[in-house]
Amino acid sequence: MRWLGRFALAFYAAVVAAPLLLVVFTSMKTTPQFYADPIGPPPAWNFSHYRDLFAGQTMWRYFGNSALVTASSVALELALAGMIAYGIVRSGRRLGGFLFALFAAGLMVPSQVNMIPIYALMRRLGWTNSLTGLVLVTAAVLLPLSVFMLTGFMRTLPKALLEAGAIDGAGETTLLVRIALPLSAPYLAATAAFLFAIVWNDLLFPMLLIGGKDKLTLPLALLQFRGEYVTDYPMLMTGVAVSTAPMVLLFLFLQRYFISGALAGSLKG
Amino acid sequence: MKPGKSLLLFFLPGTALYLGLFVYPTLTGLFYSVTDWDGLSPSYRFVGADNYVSLAGDIVFRKALGNSLKFMLAVVVLQTVASLALALRLTRRNKRTAALRALYFLPTVISSVSVGFIWTFVYDPSLGLLNSLLERAELGNWTQNWLGDMKLAIFSVAAAQAWAHIGQMIVLFVAGLQAIPAELLEAARLDGGTRWQVFRRVTWPLLAPAAALVVSYTTIQSFKAFDLVFTMTGGGPAYSTEILSTYIYGAAFTNGTFGLASSASVVFLLLVALMTYLQFRLLRADRVSY
Repeated sequence: MRWLGRFALAFYAAVVAAPLLLVVFTSMKTTPQFYADPIGPPPAWNFSHYRDLFAGQTMWRYFGNSALVTASSVALELALAGMIAYGIVRSGRRLGGFLFALFAAGLMVPSQVNMIPIYALMRRLGWTNSLTGLVLVTAAVLLPLSVFMLTGFMRTLPKALLEAGAIDGAGETTLLVRIALPLSAPYLAATAAFLFAIVWNDLLFPMLLIGGKDKLTLPLALLQFRGEYVTDYPMLMTGVAVSTAPMVLLFLFLQRYFISGALAGSLKG
Repeated sequence: MKPGKSLLLFFLPGTALYLGLFVYPTLTGLFYSVTDWDGLSPSYRFVGADNYVSLAGDIVFRKALGNSLKFMLAVVVLQTVASLALALRLTRRNKRTAALRALYFLPTVISSVSVGFIWTFVYDPSLGLLNSLLERAELGNWTQNWLGDMKLAIFSVAAAQAWAHIGQMIVLFVAGLQAIPAELLEAARLDGGTRWQVFRRVTWPLLAPAAALVVSYTTIQSFKAFDLVFTMTGGGPAYSTEILSTYIYGAAFTNGTFGLASSASVVFLLLVALMTYLQFRLLRADRVSY
């Protein structure tokens, strides 16, 4: 029976790897080469599609937009949620419990429920087609998850350390910045990795809140790409490869954080 | 030691953002659901429960509801069974299991749009990986129009959804499995238990919390799926892959009926809230101690 387990592992490894390899293979074939052999390896390592994609400045633009939005959102998120989580852990049961419940309740509200009112609100505020607006909305929408995760982590910090600091006369800000945050560093890293993947890959809010072609983020650009290259698979797969590469690289180097972040993020209860 | 007053300042910016851009819109959404707003004009009328009545009579809405359930069931079964089966073989801590776990997790960090493009390509009737492999394996009459066939499409998309998340569930199951004390498994084996008996009597009961978590997380995650369906089929063919989330999007931004879309999202909210609540209760109640 042991071989069955090994077979299953190998089979699934192929199921994961094959489509991904196919993306790379296809991106390196010219159109005639592709139609001649849709699923085999490319005859040569041909990067012309990649060159074409980056020829106009726009691809770099989209990268920049995604990077800017993701980095800002995650940084803002960690700052806001970190302060709130710390506050909840340090507060009494009434205030702490109330605030925790307030944010945790937000976990039950999926994006599709408030996407319409948020869109309407942003239109009223004149913030459609604004990357800043997108960052603020993204941060707001991720607060329930971030507060939930960070509060859970901070609860495990040794209270005695914070008490000792308080007795020595340290204010809350000092306690947060010099004791709680450094101790939470691995947790913050894991949460950051988890949030980074969510924001970088988000389609819904960029689709709703960004109009101008110069402000697109990568997933949105990829979707619009399809309008231009309807059945040009080599070009489409090049787009997929380029949009996916940053996350894949980050993941390969920072695996530990992604996996522990995903573990914690799923333990919502 | 009483915590300092500056704690209130810590709460302020995050809570203000949350109330302004999350709580307030959610509440106004409830309000829009009882109007006939089209999203553009400055005026609208209060229409009471008319939107909800329209929903009940809307055949597309009913289809979307049914499809959401079909999709959810398919994803939950496929994702849970596959991830458990694989996790059981990945509990040893060595380089090989770590490498495999990382490989399996890879699809999780890819955007749903990219996953959608990749699998649309795999499912392509003439050029795609799946049909090509079937042809080469002499199974030519098993080829299908995976995304164009009304009866198959939703399950094809469900398979793509599962592919993208099995790795994440494996991580959860492995954590649950590694938490089972080795001595218990040893004792059961020494007492003469077969592998199946050990699994059924020792592993499975202790794994129940992790299994409950995987099932409920997958249920809610698949219910909320939007990006993947939107990218792969846009709800077609003939609404066979239209789920609640794509229905809401369509009602709002394609048909311009914001009021109706808001009422659909209220229904959606109630269903998700119910599922989340059941998840919390289930996870609290399922504690086997030893």
